[in-house]
Amino acid sequence: MSESAPVKDNYLNSPKGIWSWIYTLDHKRIGIMYLAAISVAFILGGIFALLLRLEHLNPGPLLFTAKQYNQLFTLHGAIMVFLFIVPSIPASLGNFILPMQLGAKDVAFPRLNLTSYYIYLIGAIFCIYSMIAGAADTGWTFYTPYSSTTDTSVISMTLGAFILGFSSILTGINFLVTIHKMRAPGMSWFKMPLFIWALYATAIIQVLATPVLAITLLLLVLERTMNIGIFNPALGGDPVLFEHFFWFYSHPAVYIMILPAMGVISELITAFCKRDIFGYKLVAYSSIAIAIIAFLVWGHHLFVSGQSDAANSIFSLLTFLVGIPSGIKVFNWIATMYKGTIDFKTPFLYALSFLALFCIGGFTGIMLGALSFDVFAHDTYFVVAHFHYVMMGGVVMAFLGGLHYWWPKMFGKMYSEFWGRIACALIFIGFNMVFFTQFILGSKGMPRRYFNYLDQYQPLHAFSTYGSWVLGLGLLLVLIYLIDSLVDGKPAPANPWGALTLEWQTDSPPITENFTHTPEVHHGPYAFDKVKPS
Amino acid sequence: MTTKVTQFVKHQVAHHFDNAEHEFDAAKLGMWAFLIQEILFFGGLFVAYFIFRAMYPAMFVEAHHHLSWQLGGLNTIFLITSSFTMAMAVRSAQVSQKNKLILFLVLTFLFAGGFMCVKYVEYMTKIHHGYLPAKWFFGTGTFDTEPLFFGLYFTMTGLHGLHVLIGMGLIAWLIIRSNRGEFHKDYYTPVEMVGLYWHLVDLIWIFLFPLLYLIG
Repeated sequence: MSESAPVKDNYLNSPKGIWSWIYTLDHKRIGIMYLAAISVAFILGGIFALLLRLEHLNPGPLLFTAKQYNQLFTLHGAIMVFLFIVPSIPASLGNFILPMQLGAKDVAFPRLNLTSYYIYLIGAIFCIYSMIAGAADTGWTFYTPYSSTTDTSVISMTLGAFILGFSSILTGINFLVTIHKMRAPGMSWFKMPLFIWALYATAIIQVLATPVLAITLLLLVLERTMNIGIFNPALGGDPVLFEHFFWFYSHPAVYIMILPAMGVISELITAFCKRDIFGYKLVAYSSIAIAIIAFLVWGHHLFVSGQSDAANSIFSLLTFLVGIPSGIKVFNWIATMYKGTIDFKTPFLYALSFLALFCIGGFTGIMLGALSFDVFAHDTYFVVAHFHYVMMGGVVMAFLGGLHYWWPKMFGKMYSEFWGRIACALIFIGFNMVFFTQFILGSKGMPRRYFNYLDQYQPLHAFSTYGSWVLGLGLLLVLIYLIDSLVDGKPAPANPWGALTLEWQTDSPPITENFTHTPEVHHGPYAFDKVKPS
Repeated sequence: MTTKVTQFVKHQVAHHFDNAEHEFDAAKLGMWAFLIQEILFFGGLFVAYFIFRAMYPAMFVEAHHHLSWQLGGLNTIFLITSSFTMAMAVRSAQVSQKNKLILFLVLTFLFAGGFMCVKYVEYMTKIHHGYLPAKWFFGTGTFDTEPLFFGLYFTMTGLHGLHVLIGMGLIAWLIIRSNRGEFHKDYYTPVEMVGLYWHLVDLIWIFLFPLLYLIG
């Protein structure tokens, strides 16, 4: 700070004071507050994951009892899904970037935006309360009838998820309206960046699917408190109905998680290849297609729950259909790179990691969508590995890529490129050590959620645990050098990557109202052949 | 005309909108999205209802005799009338008739209150005779599964009743703001939005009434 040039007013330093943050209506500040909150959730869920892996270093009890183990994997799942992945990209990066990419001053309903944030915090408090007051041991899926009879604190955890759902719905509504109504002059639907298309598809799912989760969890709470009987076979109810209700939300929910990630990847690949996206319209429409098909595949979670053969076959077929729009995206991203001027900066390395890991996650998803294979592999580590390849290898990689890409814009500081690449490599290697091993474990018959295992699985389990340490080290590095960049980082220019979308046309960090003049849009978001980046 | 001008408060368009119309359109789109999620929220309950009614048709017919269709019918009249007064309130705001606006809002509030009073009477009768969810059920019935019907009844009408209460809160808020003269032909967004919400609450009851009270 010694030889400082006069610091310009920006959204971080004006207005000043803690209350100006607590009451802020600025989408950028709310995005930063979300980023802090979800990072805490990610660290917490990550610590649980490391402990779970450590427990599996050897067969037999090591650190925990069987019940504590069940509580730990429930907390890991519930925190990672409801507190981290669902809000991760949309609520943090989306909140910050969406209005800027549209050339708007803010989201359509700034007060609702802040409300969503505080609702998120209240939901988080319920989840933390559940952790202290005898953590739920049902798994994050809360399947009945176990969840209506266990003596652990299921009610506070489900209420937490219920409240977090509200936050998600309100964010979805806000983004939906923002995208419809707040676009800068000249920005037609097909001149929008693809990240926005992805957020639009996400918002549709958030609005249409989350309320079903809300009613499902509410019914579970009523089941436990008043014994209403809907999920209780003793009273004529049906526990499988819970599974249908739950997956009617929770399958689309995985697209709430992956769609924004796909949007981020479209931004990264175009920006670091300096090429217009191959097949813009197909990439945009495929987001909407995924959102629509998302609602029709929930039955593939019930292949072995006594669903009819006819329903199983139909759900299997519909599940295969999701592969088409996802495949379109992957091929288009790769085609975009062809003959591009590729710059292997950290965010792009994450994009490449995403491509590799998402393809493995996606193809194993198709395998599991096939009835014959699913009957063999269901409830094994194969499913766990598939899920983590999509959720962590897909969403978290894209989240980290997006975070590195927009970090200079958010804080006006550059991080260390050297450590960025090292950390990305460690995360990629560690991740594959943990989860590729689990594909093998699963195919050898290791069931998921088991506290103990046979001796023959020990070497693979141990290797997976070693991988978790590499992965943890990589993520710790990211935390360290990103925080370090806030203190010691070089000031970031307005457009460090030479990208063309609107958020790069204003200062880093931006002023409170984002732009000094409302921008006008004359070309597509990736028209590198027509315009030179400013 | 001069008295009329001083009667109203001028509305300030939020900084990120181009003009009042832009702001109104955004609010309306957001409200419709919200209503759609409300429909899906109740949709889960309706699906559960249809599944169990298909499984236990005779039990549903038997159990519904414990509900009073007269009281349910009265409540239906209350809510439909309140939807009409709500629509009139929106209309009054659009043409800047402050007194009529307040009158219609108060009427809507009273009909909603009437609905809740009747609901209270109905609930008390059920509680008195033990027609409750399984935990407290002590009523008499020919079917073991009868508590399931009352589990559904209380969940569906209870959540609907909660929405009526929230609506009453919103209408009370509108009355206070109308009294300050905040709503007029240039700005009536909240009146219109609460109106939309209120019609949905009414609409859900219009489905609940025949499904619960008028079976068989």
